[in-house]
Amino acid sequence: MVEIDWYLALSAILFTIGIVGVLIRRNAIVVFMCVELMLNAVNLSLISFSAYHGDVSGQILVLFSLSVAAAEAVIGLAIIIAIFRNNLSVDIMKVNLLRW
Amino acid sequence: MELTTILFYLFAIVTISAAAVMVFSKNIVHSAFALMFTLIGVAALYVLLYADFIAATQLLVYVGGILILILFGVMLTTQGRTFSFKTSTVNLTPASILSVAAALLLIYAFVQTDWKITDSGVRDETVHELGMMLMGEYVLPFIAVGVLLLIAIIGAILMSTRLSANNDGEV
Repeated sequence: MVEIDWYLALSAILFTIGIVGVLIRRNAIVVFMCVELMLNAVNLSLISFSAYHGDVSGQILVLFSLSVAAAEAVIGLAIIIAIFRNNLSVDIMKVNLLRW
Repeated sequence: MELTTILFYLFAIVTISAAAVMVFSKNIVHSAFALMFTLIGVAALYVLLYADFIAATQLLVYVGGILILILFGVMLTTQGRTFSFKTSTVNLTPASILSVAAALLLIYAFVQTDWKITDSGVRDETVHELGMMLMGEYVLPFIAVGVLLLIAIIGAILMSTRLSANNDGEV
């Protein structure tokens, strides 16, 4: 088996790619996809800890995290579509109704 | 080199390059398809980490569910009289400096830490054990997740249905 450091480093790289996407993209849907990528990166690190400890509890945690991700996807896309109806755009720079 | 090592490097390269394509592609549909390759790569890595059930769930929930939802979102939001974007990226330099620093810090912390590893050798399939744990020790969170998903469905229907003044409160 590969050492655990490699899996954790891969998870860290995926998480940082997600951070870059959230910070630089203007399209709300791409930002949303990057959030999913970050969730996946954290799940990967949880699974690798679970595998290298020989303990299945980590996989249960990932299962719950998956269900929360599904709920988050549904609600997030509903919000994005509601914003699109009001603004005719999914550009997050134009969502400034609550801006002071 | 062992077969699992080669497979790990292969899937790691696929996952990271697809993620990079997803973030930097100008076309949203290309981003969505790159996300599909990333999710499949992560599922393959789950299989390498003895998590067969989670890998199957990842394929069903993410690739089969969330990705299709995202593609629907892409199609619903790129039609008709939409405003086009002047630039697709903002704050490129500060964001990349910040995230490279974050990546280096994370990798340094992960490599420097002395992880306690208990290798239990050859492992069996995890489905049976997971089912026993879900129905025994973790039954309360399991029910809570079910309620959460129900609330999410109701919320999504409420939010994405048009509630305007000209149809007299009918949804």
